[in-house]
Amino acid sequence: FSAVSNVCFGMKPAAPAVVPDATVSPAAGGPYGEKAGGPGVDFSYVGIDAILEQMRRKAMKQGFELNIMVVGQSGLGKSTLMNTLFKSKVSRKSVLATAQEKIPKTIEIKSVSHDIEEKGVRMKLTVIDTPGFGDQINNENCWQPIMKFINDQYEAYLQEEININRKKRIPDSRVHCCIYFIPPTGHCLRPLDVEFMRRLSKVVNIVPVIAKADTLTLEERDFFKKKIREELRANGIDVYPQKEFDEDAEDRMINEKIREMIPFAVVGSDQEYQVNGRRLLGRKTKWGTIEVENIAHCEFAYLRDLLIRTHMQNIKDITSSIHYEMYRVRRLNENNTVVAHANGVPEHHLAAHEM
Amino acid sequence: QTKCFFYRSHIGEQGEGARAVPLAGHVGFDSMPDQLVNKSVNHGFCFNILCVGETGLGKSTLMDTLFNTKFEGEPTQHNQPGVTLKSNTYELQESNVRLKLTVVNTVGFGDQINKEDSYKSIVEFIDAQFEAYLQEELKIKRTLHSYHDTRIHACLYFIAPTGHSLKSLDLVTMKKLDSKVNIIPIVAKSDAISKSELAKFKIKITSELVSNGVQIYQFPTDDESVAEINSTMNSHLPFAVVGSTEEVKIGNKMVKARQYPWGTVQVENENHCDFVKLREMLIRVNMEDLREQTHTRHYELYRRCKLEEMGFKDTDPDSKPFSLQETYEAKRNEFMGELQKKEEEMRQMFVQRVKEKEAELKEAEKELHEKFDRLKKLHQDEKKKVEDKKKSLDDELNMFKQKKTAAELLHNQAQQAGGSTTLKRDKERKK
Repeated sequence: FSAVSNVCFGMKPAAPAVVPDATVSPAAGGPYGEKAGGPGVDFSYVGIDAILEQMRRKAMKQGFELNIMVVGQSGLGKSTLMNTLFKSKVSRKSVLATAQEKIPKTIEIKSVSHDIEEKGVRMKLTVIDTPGFGDQINNENCWQPIMKFINDQYEAYLQEEININRKKRIPDSRVHCCIYFIPPTGHCLRPLDVEFMRRLSKVVNIVPVIAKADTLTLEERDFFKKKIREELRANGIDVYPQKEFDEDAEDRMINEKIREMIPFAVVGSDQEYQVNGRRLLGRKTKWGTIEVENIAHCEFAYLRDLLIRTHMQNIKDITSSIHYEMYRVRRLNENNTVVAHANGVPEHHLAAHEM
Repeated sequence: QTKCFFYRSHIGEQGEGARAVPLAGHVGFDSMPDQLVNKSVNHGFCFNILCVGETGLGKSTLMDTLFNTKFEGEPTQHNQPGVTLKSNTYELQESNVRLKLTVVNTVGFGDQINKEDSYKSIVEFIDAQFEAYLQEELKIKRTLHSYHDTRIHACLYFIAPTGHSLKSLDLVTMKKLDSKVNIIPIVAKSDAISKSELAKFKIKITSELVSNGVQIYQFPTDDESVAEINSTMNSHLPFAVVGSTEEVKIGNKMVKARQYPWGTVQVENENHCDFVKLREMLIRVNMEDLREQTHTRHYELYRRCKLEEMGFKDTDPDSKPFSLQETYEAKRNEFMGELQKKEEEMRQMFVQRVKEKEAELKEAEKELHEKFDRLKKLHQDEKKKVEDKKKSLDDELNMFKQKKTAAELLHNQAQQAGGSTTLKRDKERKK
């Protein structure tokens, strides 16, 4: 099976240009495979590898689910980035006819789902927005509602899983990835950033990004990134891809390259401009046009490739086989005093999950 | 305080009247199937086949032929006292796909005189694999993604090529298995039947299965890319197969075949037998579906029944167990405890009965002794009486003897004194 060519970690980055579309080659042969029948054919072929095609067929039929949460102060370009990532109006603001301009007094969790399709592959994308985060004067405990939401999704999955009559495919609303927007101060992480990432990185995959990176020069950007990485290390914060979940040497090699680059400095845009005879996504200013998908300008393409083109399955796997399992262990080890919950989890439970 | 809002931009489930959001360019998630397949390749696959059939129907040979390899094993003897299941796991690889194949054979099936319980060990085996998976799933710390799945994905049921109809053993066994495993019936050693007989045989088998309500595995026809071939193949069931690992030269190539004086049966010739169809369906087209059906249908049914049996319920939120595993274990211990209690009760009862019986026997013994004593006494009394009588009789006799002696003496004396005339006179008188 062919790989979609893109700006891949471990590959030399392409020249400044929009990444060309690669066609996925169609599955070889019909149900009989490419080696059946016919004279002079290798009869020692059993056909075990046809299972790959069968799996692919099943995946295409079932479709995929992806749940991304975006966290950050208002005005950091979260909605725009989502729209840029998925090349369509997927953010909450784009969906709601009357976009709320007021910053909410409390943190709200708002979720929008879309069915998108590309080359026959169907995906149910859910973008979870957290308006109000970090916008209050007193932001103490602002991570609590977010943690509660994430744990609630784990809880919902667990409840369905332990049912006697359970659904064939348990609907997956678990947050696979949480993109945390760091404001481009250029100095270092704020206490709020550290607190949030420290707590959340234990229950969900966190991908930190430097928002609105077009306000930093390249030197400022590198300095900022280094500072951030140091602080993350100093505080024991493990962001995605986590070192301890590298499967083998090959994995580690690829992931090390990524770890050396995070957080990605991104710029988002859903406007196209004419640059050198081509229409490109960008931001036009008086001193030039920033091309979003140009890796010499910003690291959006790396983020996109990581999240979507190469590591999406891995992100989901880590969520289900590590984060969810950890939640499940904690939950099952809790005293088996069964309490009927009317709405979700009581306060003491929340405390237990606060690290 | 938090508020939670959920907005959907579509109605209904994916694919049903959902409004697709158009994409303004290439995003790249069309690589998801590749990512998924890549992950599976790294992980390896596993597939488990159960072969059920009488000894000598060519099960091992067929496995060898299907997977192009010589699996170990000696042909089994026919004198097994019961049916046992022998399982072997092999690591196969083709291009970059690694397959952990487990082949389970029923040893001694159909050899006993009384075959009533033949199906039991097979059902127990299948259930044991489900149980093992359930146990793992219920564990608190579990490793499902690296668990070696031993659940049976396909059951090849070998039908003897009698040409007439299914044996009652076949019907009974398949009926017991059809809700637990995907059954694919095949006619074994089908080179023993002629083409016309085979057609009739297949029709007879299919109608018997239907009339007995046996659910065999249907190749899925919901996916349009394979719907046509699968539905064609469904109509060819049961597959009439011939297995062989020996190669014979036909024309200018070596083919797998069985050579007879009257001709050669080529295994991979579709005019000769349905081997190619079986391989196609079992391996090349539906292996993944077989695995999926096992997990989503048969295993779920087992799990549901098992949990309900142990008294779990979904509806009552108060009694809804949180740690399913702990409660499961607790229930099991409870059950064991009850069993033990019952056993203890039975033992007590038994001991009690024994005591009672012993007491009864002692009573009887005592009675016998008494009777014996009574009889003895009686006997003694009788004896005494008799002896007394005897004594009195003896006395009489003695007295009589004395009298007699005295009388004779007198008589002799009288005779000597001249009393002979009296005697003469008596004599003459008597004459």
